[in-house]
Amino acid sequence: MSATPVLALRGVSKRFGAVQALTDVELEVHAGEVVALVGDNGAGKSTLVKTIAGVHPIDEGVIEWDGKAVQINRPHDAQNLGVATVYQDLALCDNIDVVGNLYLGREVRKYGILDEVEMERRSRELLDTLSIRIPSVRIPIASLSGGQRQTVAIARSMLGEPKLVILDEPTAALGVEQTAQVLDLVERLRERNHAVLLISHNMADVKAVADKVAVLRLGRNNGVFEVKSTSQEEIISAITGATDNAVTRRAARSTGEIKK
Amino acid sequence: MSIDKTSTPPDDHVVENPEAAAGAATVVDPRLLVREQGFAGYLGEFKRKMKAGDLGATPVVIGLAIIWVIFQSLNSNFLTAGNLSDISVAMVGTGMIAVGIVFVLLLGEIDLSVGSVSGVAGAAYAVLTVTHGMSAWLAFVLSILVGTAAGAIHGFFFAKIGVPAFAVTLAGLLFWNGFMLQILGDSGTINLDSEGLVAKLTSYYFPDVAASYGLAIAVTALFFLSSFLGNRRREAAGVPSRLLSETILRTVLLAIVAFGAAAVYNQYKGLPLAVVIFVGVLLVTDFVLRRTTYGRKIFALGGSVEASRRAGINVEMVRISVFAISGTFAAIGGLFIASKIASANQGAGGGDLLMNAIAAAVIGGTSLFGGRGRTWNALLGVLVIISIQYGLALEGIASPVQYMITGGVLLATVVIDAVTRKTQKTAGRA
Repeated sequence: MSATPVLALRGVSKRFGAVQALTDVELEVHAGEVVALVGDNGAGKSTLVKTIAGVHPIDEGVIEWDGKAVQINRPHDAQNLGVATVYQDLALCDNIDVVGNLYLGREVRKYGILDEVEMERRSRELLDTLSIRIPSVRIPIASLSGGQRQTVAIARSMLGEPKLVILDEPTAALGVEQTAQVLDLVERLRERNHAVLLISHNMADVKAVADKVAVLRLGRNNGVFEVKSTSQEEIISAITGATDNAVTRRAARSTGEIKK
Repeated sequence: MSIDKTSTPPDDHVVENPEAAAGAATVVDPRLLVREQGFAGYLGEFKRKMKAGDLGATPVVIGLAIIWVIFQSLNSNFLTAGNLSDISVAMVGTGMIAVGIVFVLLLGEIDLSVGSVSGVAGAAYAVLTVTHGMSAWLAFVLSILVGTAAGAIHGFFFAKIGVPAFAVTLAGLLFWNGFMLQILGDSGTINLDSEGLVAKLTSYYFPDVAASYGLAIAVTALFFLSSFLGNRRREAAGVPSRLLSETILRTVLLAIVAFGAAAVYNQYKGLPLAVVIFVGVLLVTDFVLRRTTYGRKIFALGGSVEASRRAGINVEMVRISVFAISGTFAAIGGLFIASKIASANQGAGGGDLLMNAIAAAVIGGTSLFGGRGRTWNALLGVLVIISIQYGLALEGIASPVQYMITGGVLLATVVIDAVTRKTQKTAGRA
């Protein structure tokens, strides 16, 4: 792992009208590392992702890329740096086919004209290497199932050989096998030395693939944990902000019963 | 792993939900529709598309055939070379405006100002050349640029300020109509030089027989070569390609239409300049929409604005430019309409022009919901509308009935659009 993080947030704040969505948030992601970003609903995970992706420019603080301070004001800025984002609401165009969606915003051109053949060839190659199965690369996204759309969206993020891939709840709507496939994909991203920021509610997924867990609570940092040396309970108490809450009480009850 | 398998199990046509092979891992998703080789496969694919509501231009072509048969049976003068030639010249003005409307509809928006803007262009040309004695070419370019500017202004208010396109262009409809009346002044009507540039747009015909056939050959050859070479490239790259027989079938169909039209024109005054320009515009706009990054951006915006924004598309610029294109084509259409009557008058751009242009785009198969359509739709749609106008005029039926019939046709089309969308949804294709 390199000493300089690919992405570092220093004291980032973001406000929407009367709502302080993020306050002094710190975050570091290194190459070849999967960082899980967890937190309850409304903790600011999605907002944080959108500031990195350039959808919402930050109000205060510094974003560092490879150790240098950068401005990310538009999605294009983030794209140019090498950030690829897969959103929860997948952001695919229903009326355009799989190839068109994969290459939307970065079309392959030849003499200024769309090179459909080349894009289709590369799309098939990419989907094959990721073992993604879809009926045809020439059917509109509308014809695909939810899981298939998710894999297309993730494949799309990998096209530009990004340095940082952000996945916003990639397994939320998926079945058992599809979830496993997506987690495999995440591991493949790490093997290829991408930095991955994974947002998830699912502790099992986080434990399975993440190296570090960064917890957000009410728009603030609430600890960064090494996954290997941290128990699920510790992470959950950081998310909920207390050691004594509904989740821990329930957990304590059940472990107590087992001990008896 | 290749998923688009073109080879098929024997006998079976379209394999839907076959039983899983015992214990075998499925290499190809078994739910896939597998297409049979050869002509039978083409037919099967066509049937499946029809069932799934992927109708394309089929309803409008059938509708046009019915309309022509009815009018021909009512009056044997309808399908004469002279009448067909007149129809194809008369349709260009409205057709040009409809091309602009197709662009706007692809975004899922509407432009109500195109009628008024077309009137402004005709009036501007008349005033600049006749009243101010400006050179025809300069005045021609300036009056088209007026349309571009008008469209860009609408686009600015829509994209940057966030006013609904409906409201902006409704304001534009009133404003530009007033603007036209203002520049026309007291005289009200300005006659154009009947030998001038704009008058020639619809009055010039290439009398040489070779012109029509030459164009027909050029269009057919261009189509064949581009699809043939395209398929060769696809084969070389190892992606599924169309069969040669299918390419030939399509080329033959196109050739029948192209040479049929050429024969009709040659029986009358020859190949009309207006039609040449219109076909050229359709070729260029279709190319821009389907083969360039800019066109892809327009379709993307029609599909999902949020997805487009996240893909780094400059949403505002695309929106403004599309409205500018709409204004430009409105102006070009206005010049063709002024050319047809060889004058600019106070009634220009009013009446049923706006509705006809929108109806033409929609009847041709452009979806009102955005993201689906081609500029060729404008040609088919406007052909239907102008055919109805001419057919009824031949019968001596006055415009009230004309309006009602055109309204009925438009309603039928929109119903087809809405129903096919539903069918497509159930078939998982919308």
